[in-house]
Amino acid sequence: MELVKPAFGLTFWMVLGFLIVLFLLTKFAWKPILQALHDREKSIDEALNAAKKAKEEISNLKADNEKLLAEARQERDKILKEARITKDNIINEARDKATLEADRLLALAREGIHNEKMAAITDLKNQVALLSVEIAEKVMKQQLSNDDKQKALVADLLKEVKMN
Amino acid sequence: MLLFSDSFLLLQPLKKGLIALDKMRMNKLKILLLLFFVFIGVPTLLNAQDTIVENHSEAEASLDKFNPGKMIVEHISDEHGWHLWGHTEIPLPIIVYSKERGLAVFSSSNFEHGHKTYNGYMLDENKIVAVNEIEPTDAHQATVNEELTKGLYDISITKNVVSLMVSIILLLVIFGSVAKAYRTRPNQSPKGLQSLMEPLIIFVRDDVAKSSIGPKYEKYMPYILTVFFFIWLNNLLGLIPVFPGGANLTGNIAITMSLAVMTLLITIFSANKHYWHHVFAIPGVPVWVLIILTPIEILGVFLRPFVLMIRLFANIMAGHIIALSFVALIFIFGEMHAAVGAGIGIVSLVFMVFMGLLELLVGFLQAYVFALLSAIYIGAAVEEHDHDTEGYDAHVEEALIV
Repeated sequence: MELVKPAFGLTFWMVLGFLIVLFLLTKFAWKPILQALHDREKSIDEALNAAKKAKEEISNLKADNEKLLAEARQERDKILKEARITKDNIINEARDKATLEADRLLALAREGIHNEKMAAITDLKNQVALLSVEIAEKVMKQQLSNDDKQKALVADLLKEVKMN
Repeated sequence: MLLFSDSFLLLQPLKKGLIALDKMRMNKLKILLLLFFVFIGVPTLLNAQDTIVENHSEAEASLDKFNPGKMIVEHISDEHGWHLWGHTEIPLPIIVYSKERGLAVFSSSNFEHGHKTYNGYMLDENKIVAVNEIEPTDAHQATVNEELTKGLYDISITKNVVSLMVSIILLLVIFGSVAKAYRTRPNQSPKGLQSLMEPLIIFVRDDVAKSSIGPKYEKYMPYILTVFFFIWLNNLLGLIPVFPGGANLTGNIAITMSLAVMTLLITIFSANKHYWHHVFAIPGVPVWVLIILTPIEILGVFLRPFVLMIRLFANIMAGHIIALSFVALIFIFGEMHAAVGAGIGIVSLVFMVFMGLLELLVGFLQAYVFALLSAIYIGAAVEEHDHDTEGYDAHVEEALIV
């Protein structure tokens, strides 16, 4: 059975050749190839991770933007509301002030009128008193021109006193 | 021996396949391929053995007629000189060393196909033997010097050595250029030859080494890769019928033995404490069982690479024998009648094409199986064991092997 008996020469060359090819391939092929594959896989992983991260960042940014926008919108609404309130306040205040002023002026006018009226009435009263005195003087002068008439008057006055 | 190794052949991949199924998450296809190789590989081996035995007896009966057995054995054996066609052959250097005569280097053409002696040597059945006559004489009248022949170191560049060198140069050229492509175009997608080899390299790395060896795989990657591509390339070269292919290199026991011994040495030298503990005293097993188990375990350490050697050798040799048998059929029937030979020739051709395709598959598969099993053995040696499950695994393994 020559076939199953390993030949010395072939074994020798095989071991020698295989070790050489193993050494050369390890040094010049397998290590660089495996390293390159490893590096490439790493760079692909890194690129994918970076893309994922960028995507996340973009979505974060988007969320941030939306938040900012929402905040801005809210702020705007708040400012608008405040402005509306301020406006209303100003208007109301003005109206109140105007009303107060008007009231005050009215009251002043009324007082003035009243005072004038009173003065006028006092004046009128004085005038009437003066006029009455004058009229009474003139009437007296006419009526008490004779004794008879004076006596009649005294009698009347006395009658009146009695009635009281 | 053959029967035992056959049952081992059958069980080993089956078991490994089953372990692999859950351990390495191999897909169904790979398991199928493994089973396929088992059922194709083993019967062909058995048939091949029968053929050789039959043909040997025939060979003695008739020398003048076409002798298929002799033809086949000649083709699958190593040769001094590369036979091309007819009487044309490429002479190869003969390098022999003996203590008495020193180193002798000369061309194999000096032997004139074994008909002449030269320098005190001659060819006997393709083997170099020392003869008493120093001057070139007729080989049939020369007397063999048995004592000198015993102390003869024949390191001639034979057909297989040339084939080995061709494959080494091819490996260096192919992977040198692939490595260059990686260097010149870093971090870019593969191109050309690089894109052919890259999936294979990644396949060996991820599905063979990483899954079988575990976290320490990187250290063994160069060996696994070299073994895989060396075996595969030589399997393919062996399928090419013309020079420089056609040599039965991976079907030669010296080659498979060298590879198996390297796997054994790597396994032994990288084995950790747990591995040896597991070999000499399986944890959790009673002492009286250990008396039986320990020798089996120690035997197993050597048996595993031995089976590795036989499997590759037998499968590839069987492939060559089958292809040659179909050729032989044509000539056997051709001797009866030319027309019968031609008719058989057509049938043979169809079968040869089929076998060629099958051998393409087997060639890849055997390289894969050798690399995978080497990786599994190395993995077993460097694995950090979990003590609770270890004992159980060992039982299952032993049951399957025995």
